[in-house]
Amino acid sequence: MRIAIVTEAFSPEAELKAFAEGRTEAGALASFIGYCRAASHGRAVERLELEHYPGFTETEIRGFAAQVLQRRALIDVLIVHRVGAIAPGEAIVLAAALSPHRADAFAAVEELMDRLKTDAPIWKKEWGADGARWIEPTNEDRARRAERDTEDKTS
Amino acid sequence: MTIKVLFFGRLRDAAGAGERIAAAPADVRTLAELRDWIARDEPELAAALAAPGVRAVRDQNFCALDTPLAGAREIAFVPPLSGG
Repeated sequence: MRIAIVTEAFSPEAELKAFAEGRTEAGALASFIGYCRAASHGRAVERLELEHYPGFTETEIRGFAAQVLQRRALIDVLIVHRVGAIAPGEAIVLAAALSPHRADAFAAVEELMDRLKTDAPIWKKEWGADGARWIEPTNEDRARRAERDTEDKTS
Repeated sequence: MTIKVLFFGRLRDAAGAGERIAAAPADVRTLAELRDWIARDEPELAAALAAPGVRAVRDQNFCALDTPLAGAREIAFVPPLSGG
């Protein structure tokens, strides 16, 4: 399991290549890359600034990533999350899962992203022409998380 | 008791800095009491700390606000998370 918080621009493609290299037991690699958009809710975005809690952020992400890895038929999971100032077009986050079969790989990546949105100690500030605003989880993010908790309890 | 208090996200903005070294008096016994004591002269920080979704982290573990402060080295106050 590789969980990395990085402060500089990273190459998701290079990370994925290194992650999948030599894993001949894997039949499927699924991944998600989140990018900084140039506009959000109709206003231009100059940059994002992401803050984390060194040590704690890594521990919390590692905790839920380990749960996902154990609960599904997976070979390995990867999360790379950038912090600091991020310009439009640059990657913010990469989540990936290696599995014997595609269904588990797709589901794991979706679950990792849902958990990152609500459970990763990271705070995101969006800078535009009219100043900055803090981004907080949307009702949709919370609803997805609640739905997942219900699924976990009933399955 | 000297303790390191950290603020993240909008709480850092309200506190004016991400970190304070606080010498809390002996009658500050829980995380909630520390929260109230540290913002005692700062209405803006007090309001930000009382906002919905603000949680406390004691020595890098999420804890309820009634958790005792005794023995803690570092307390963080965190607003709702927004990773991904």
